[in-house]
Amino acid sequence: MVGQTLIQKILAKASGKETEGVVENEIVFVSPHRILSHDNSAAISKTFYKMVGPNGKIWGPEKIFIALDHAVPPPDAVKAGNHTVIRKFVKDQGIKYFYEGGTGICHEVLPAKGHVPPNVVILGSDSHTTTHGAFGAAGIPIGRTETASVWAIGETWLKVPESIKIILDGSLPKGVYAKDVILEIIRQITAAGATYNSIEFYGSSVKKLSMSERMTLSNLTAEMGAKAGIFPVDDVTDEWNKQFGFQYDRITADEDAKYIKTLELEVSNLTPRIAKPHKVDNVVPIEELGKTTIDVALIGTCTNGRLDDLEIAANILKDKTIHPNIRLLVYPASQEILLQATREGILEILVAAGGQIGVPACGPCLGAYGGCIASGEKAISSANRNFKGRMGSKEDTGIYLASPATVAKSALAGYITAEES
Amino acid sequence: MRFKSQKIWIFPEDDINTDVIFPGRYTYEPLTPDEMARHALEDYDSKFIEEVEEGDIIVAGNNFGAGSSREQAVTCLQAAGISCIIAKSFARIYFRNAINQALPLVISPECSDFITKNKKNLLSSKEKIDVDFDNGLLKIKDKVFSFPKLDDQALQIFKAGGLVEYTKTRLKKST
Repeated sequence: MVGQTLIQKILAKASGKETEGVVENEIVFVSPHRILSHDNSAAISKTFYKMVGPNGKIWGPEKIFIALDHAVPPPDAVKAGNHTVIRKFVKDQGIKYFYEGGTGICHEVLPAKGHVPPNVVILGSDSHTTTHGAFGAAGIPIGRTETASVWAIGETWLKVPESIKIILDGSLPKGVYAKDVILEIIRQITAAGATYNSIEFYGSSVKKLSMSERMTLSNLTAEMGAKAGIFPVDDVTDEWNKQFGFQYDRITADEDAKYIKTLELEVSNLTPRIAKPHKVDNVVPIEELGKTTIDVALIGTCTNGRLDDLEIAANILKDKTIHPNIRLLVYPASQEILLQATREGILEILVAAGGQIGVPACGPCLGAYGGCIASGEKAISSANRNFKGRMGSKEDTGIYLASPATVAKSALAGYITAEES
Repeated sequence: MRFKSQKIWIFPEDDINTDVIFPGRYTYEPLTPDEMARHALEDYDSKFIEEVEEGDIIVAGNNFGAGSSREQAVTCLQAAGISCIIAKSFARIYFRNAINQALPLVISPECSDFITKNKKNLLSSKEKIDVDFDNGLLKIKDKVFSFPKLDDQALQIFKAGGLVEYTKTRLKKST
């Protein structure tokens, strides 16, 4: 057997080829441990019935995960009706893992509810399904019709990807976070630089990253075109998994596994990074960004809406008030995080500073509801995309991506800054 | 499979994302393909939907269809009349979505460059473009470009007319 990377081992296992292994570019057929979808489940269900007929049944009701999050609570009757279709589908098909609007963002809820053991394949009808690589799984994004097909027949084809190794060494300086690291990686690899590849994370810094920070990194591998972004299981993963009692082996890549590219990054001297409009790889060190005033500051999303993110923001905003020209929007990534932030007094600080707290869900990240920007406005956001028009208007707007700390500091100042005011 | 190029839309920029092809504000509304077509490329080129005709093709740069997995970014162009997209490269999910909808994609940096450079010439002569998907060949004027053929599995889905038809056939076989 040729040396196997993490993705090769995971795909070999999922396709029953553990003994012989798989080679790059081989086509394998894989049945997922879970298949994730969200508000798009209404459209997927229509396609599903086209495939199976009006009385058709789903392949594995206990494999399907649906969380309502992309327009929650629904801002209009059309989007409310979309949710109605999904609830009926869930009931008719006996889908086991359905999470009502307000539970949280799909990529936060899936692992938090114990659906992501290591070494499995998670398919998801959402491009940020790569997030689940943080847990040592292969989180692989697919489209709607393909999701409908997996619902119907229980498997899909996958090409075994080539892999990229990223080695992170050193300790993050004060004020620099996981988000800054991954933005710097995207700057170097570029938006298309990992297309069809799987990314693996190694190095001394990785051992110090929490599960939440790993999720930020894996989440953003999608913005380099990656098929997956995986952290090998270590003590941090084991500790997280204790709550679920998962039984698993620690899979590691073979010594002689092949990588098409290796990127080494020393993080000790890194400064905060900003992704400027309208591309995620348009990244600059914050010191190179000219004075940029903003109108909206968003903390939340599947990239950076977790408890540690809210806490970092609260530590910056404590006993302060945001700039009068700014609307600070805070979307905790899940109900559990919202509850915990309430108990710990984090929420009180954020509200007292002038923050508007949203229902745990995607918020204005995709411009469907909940704080869209108007023409002529600029936003700083802890999200993952800064595409033209993404948060609302496309006319004379711009989205700047940054860490929650930089978002909070900018909300105080009224312009983008990493200095504490 | 043969296309007569009614019109060639040239978007040479890299990384054209699915948000500008089909904006997020419409993604969670139940729309028919024709309704989706009305928003095609709305945030990128507002002239497109007014002027696009059945059979037009798109020529693009690298990483066309980057970003969100939304399949409407394929469906809306198809419903608007686009018969084929030629690009230097495609984003992974976009490529899969296109196979699943049986929208022909051609990966050819040389062809993308050739058409971009000879745009005026090609448009005035209403040049025919022949695309042979089985052999991965594209002919335009007297130039022949080769492009990577689809893997067998992807080709089966494409030839079935997309994944809906493919899955239907598979289900019939298993019963």
